[in-house]
Amino acid sequence: MPAETPTGIAARLVEFCEELRAEGLPTGTSELLDGVAALGEVPWTEPEDFRAALSATLAKSPEDRRTFDLVFDRFFFRAAEAAAVEAGVREADAAAAAAADVDEINLDTLRQQIAAALRDGSEAALRDLARLAIAAFGRQGEGSGVIGVDVQRIRRSLGLRAEPQPDLPDDDPRRDGLPRDQLRRFEELLRRELERQQIERTETLPPKRPLNDLDRALPSGPLQDLAAVHRVVTQLKRRLKTQGQESRGHRRRAHVDVRRTMRASLQTGGVPVQLRYRPTRPRRPEIYVLCDVSTSVTSASVFFLSVLHALHDSFRKMRSFVFIERISEVTDVFLRERDFAQVSETIARDAGVADVSGYTDYGRVWTEFRDLVEDDLHPRATVIVLGDARTNGRDPGAEVFAEIAAKAGRTFWLNPEPRLYWNYGDSVISAYERHCRAFECWTTAQLEDFVKALAKPLGD
Amino acid sequence: MPATDPSSVDDLRQGLQDAGYLAGESTALVAFLATRLGKPVLVEGPAGVGKTELAKALSRFLGRRLVRLQCYEGLDEAKALYEWNYRKQLLRIQAEADGAGWDQVQDDIFGEEFLLTRPLLHAISSPDPVVLLIDEIDKTDQEFEAMLLEILSDFQVSIPELGRVEARTRPTVLLTSNNTRELTEALKRRCLYLWLDYPDVEHELEIVRLHAPELEETVARKLVEVVGMVRDLDLKKPPSIAESIDWARALLLLGATDIDDATFRETMSVIVKHRTDLDLVAERVGVKLAARA
Repeated sequence: MPAETPTGIAARLVEFCEELRAEGLPTGTSELLDGVAALGEVPWTEPEDFRAALSATLAKSPEDRRTFDLVFDRFFFRAAEAAAVEAGVREADAAAAAAADVDEINLDTLRQQIAAALRDGSEAALRDLARLAIAAFGRQGEGSGVIGVDVQRIRRSLGLRAEPQPDLPDDDPRRDGLPRDQLRRFEELLRRELERQQIERTETLPPKRPLNDLDRALPSGPLQDLAAVHRVVTQLKRRLKTQGQESRGHRRRAHVDVRRTMRASLQTGGVPVQLRYRPTRPRRPEIYVLCDVSTSVTSASVFFLSVLHALHDSFRKMRSFVFIERISEVTDVFLRERDFAQVSETIARDAGVADVSGYTDYGRVWTEFRDLVEDDLHPRATVIVLGDARTNGRDPGAEVFAEIAAKAGRTFWLNPEPRLYWNYGDSVISAYERHCRAFECWTTAQLEDFVKALAKPLGD
Repeated sequence: MPATDPSSVDDLRQGLQDAGYLAGESTALVAFLATRLGKPVLVEGPAGVGKTELAKALSRFLGRRLVRLQCYEGLDEAKALYEWNYRKQLLRIQAEADGAGWDQVQDDIFGEEFLLTRPLLHAISSPDPVVLLIDEIDKTDQEFEAMLLEILSDFQVSIPELGRVEARTRPTVLLTSNNTRELTEALKRRCLYLWLDYPDVEHELEIVRLHAPELEETVARKLVEVVGMVRDLDLKKPPSIAESIDWARALLLLGATDIDDATFRETMSVIVKHRTDLDLVAERVGVKLAARA
């Protein structure tokens, strides 16, 4: 190890590891030791090598890797700033120089330059431009003091958008829209720079914020396209498949496969020393999904429907229904379409589920559903309801729901609201919860829990 | 071929390139760490980004033999580690049925002579160091993973009848996984972790040019861009790097000088291999190509 205060870096690494643990990464002592050993092998004065060596030893799954990157940035940014405050290093000169530059270029050229840098993706140029933008913005005297607000204001005043802006002149790089991830990157730089200036002004570090759950939550916004959703789901599907296999191995009872046992016995001179068993096939349940598509839960319900349809080859038979005031079958729509916009358009146009008010009428929906599928329901069927159980003051029809639940083998309820809001206001989930298993479902982890419960054999 | 270990990250990257593998920044770094620290590497990433190829290139570069264990569901010790050669043991017992006493026979039939070595035992008992590739570890069950722990951390195998077999040389171990299930913490703790993703345009262009050098630069660039576009779509199976290379070769054979809508439609089955995907790709990418021409 190089001679530069070896105890210092070791202590820092321990601190870093503790922050990782606080964010839920399972970094043990052995990982830390590996990290130190790895740093001994690479020239850790190179920032990228330093980061790669640590991440190879400390963060061991794609999710962990993302958390690691966030924590890494935060930790070393704060460490550097703390050292700067301590040593009294200021960048006032640089800021003044930047301000002088701004006097010379007007805001329009700046806009163009930033947009061009965003499109070409040059990182170093972006960093400088972020600084310029802040200087220009600060001169107009509009700083709100809240960093998040300032970042958005700067972005808006620069007219940087991901959508195409056809009314701009031909040679403007913003005309065809800017790459979304580059925009995010630029915002990140702005944020960092603003934070740095704030620290410099106040000479103290702001309190450390834990990572918010936003990056880990479901991609459920209505703007999300199904592609992102499907990526989440393919992972889920693989897990689901292997999970079935795992539970197969632990069966107590198994049927002896005579043919294979006889063949295996040839190795031991005809004595059947090893018994071979017939593999048990996983059950494939029949699934009925009922999905509330009223405005209060739209984004969540389309997401769930698409999840279940992406999973549909794991199930033997699957029918989906949407409802608001009435119910309508939409199985075909999801088989045909993969585009979010088209799915919701088709449902809005053809399903005919809203009558007058557009408020959910659970009582009527249960009755209609019972009439539709009464003959098909049997103990091996699974009914899944997606909805917030908000009746808008109408009759919940719990007795009809109980009837359906009794006919079906299993009934699940997925509620996109956090459990805190259940039975609050016009939510009547407790009336239904007596007849089914209710899950709250608004993060990927919760969705996975539900899928696990769904994939379990029917007997449980 | 260098018989010694690489001395720096760049050294290793150059070596891998000579072996026909263009490693990214972190790939070279982690591989370098693996050779220096003697720790196994767990390589994860989508199918077809060159996880297995990395192991092959590494073995070519280090001048070591590649021992490969392909994992599948139901793989057990007898197929991965070692097995007693029953038939030979039986013959031995029958041949000595009269003369020898029980003790003598018993000592004999559990000797190394009757041991069938399987890949794992083979890798650690080999006199020359090897590169051990445990492919698709996520296909096996957890019991198998637990069995691997002894080998991965101490490079030794315990055989009840024989005792402990320790590694004569330290193999370089690579485990690959498609991330179909979460591997156990115990296994992960013993490994370095490398996440391989689809390369960016420039990197993939280099890879394609390395494997199909006769293809014109402009065509190759367009090809890589189209593949990138296809990967961005919501497909059941996105095209892998190997498939881009196949496509480049196919275009070479056809003597194509440009990728226009017609060529694309004729050859896209090289990179897209699912019926519903074909429709989607033809619709989205085909239109874009037509508009550009």
